Amino acid sequence: MGLTYQSVGIPATREMFNVKVTDNRSVIALAGNPNTGKSTLFNALTGLRQHTGNWPGKTVLQSKGSFIYKGREYTVVDLPGTYSLLANSVEEQVARDFICFAKPDTTVVVVDATCLERNLNLVLQVMEITEKVIVCVNLIDEARRKKLNVDIQKLSELLGIPAVATAACTGEGLPQLLDLISQVVCGDLKPKPKLVHYSSELENAISKLEPKIKEVLGAELNSRWVALRLLEGDKTLIESLEKFYSQEMIKATREVLA
Amino acid sequence: MSAKDSVVLSDMKPGSRGKVVRISAKGPLRRRILDMGLVSGVEINVKGVAPLGDPMEILVRGYSLSLRKQEAAEIHVEVM
Repeated sequence: MGLTYQSVGIPATREMFNVKVTDNRSVIALAGNPNTGKSTLFNALTGLRQHTGNWPGKTVLQSKGSFIYKGREYTVVDLPGTYSLLANSVEEQVARDFICFAKPDTTVVVVDATCLERNLNLVLQVMEITEKVIVCVNLIDEARRKKLNVDIQKLSELLGIPAVATAACTGEGLPQLLDLISQVVCGDLKPKPKLVHYSSELENAISKLEPKIKEVLGAELNSRWVALRLLEGDKTLIESLEKFYSQEMIKATREVLA
Repeated sequence: MSAKDSVVLSDMKPGSRGKVVRISAKGPLRRRILDMGLVSGVEINVKGVAPLGDPMEILVRGYSLSLRKQEAAEIHVEVM
């Protein structure tokens, strides 16, 4: 057997997203609610001029760009803006599938500093899927104008993941963001997301399902998260599993479900 | 939280305030409503209603949200 992507630690499914797979290239995903400045941040990071605009559904499919920081090449993927990753729409499915199956080396969740509470729902959802998360509190200049003060340190402590304030249109906070990204990618900084604990009923069901999911999927996906989705009856996840993984895996998952 | 003071959001008038007590929608619509931050306990303000009563605009968690009448009918609110 030759070298498989698994043996070199790069998920094989990543190739299915048209992301060039090489050893010295890291993949960063930009997720976030609509209209929080993901595309502006994308342009600021990559120097590209991807179309920005504030109408719904502007970025339906992800766009890609790259940059080099401290000798390392990064591919940035701008995901469509969503309020959730529970796949009620195409955009949500695109964003979720990328985070789940392309397994970015870091996912940056861009949130609107002027409307933090609403944005944190998505942050929590991403934290349930992957540990490699950074929260980027964007539009901090707008927040200042509205006399809102965001305690970044506290936010980072409460969530257990790195946080940074930015204003992508002026470039404020970008050096710190780049630094955080490179630290998380290299493993110098290990985010420890504080997960939501559900009712004992639900937690019981999760602990019953989790070992079975682990048997089927191994370490491919976060088993707690898959358990939650299965309990919710999320059929779109099964469809995606079908698309990205082998038939045996699917059969086994269906058996777990039944 | 007695059932008698709870009304459906679609019956509320502009300018009125309330607290969400229950979402009766099922499936994807329920999920969507919850994702938009409308969970029980959250405070809402009715900002306005379109001329024919559909859609309506509410203020929730510091932002404006437009809802179809049909969706608002699934949201049960305790008037404050």
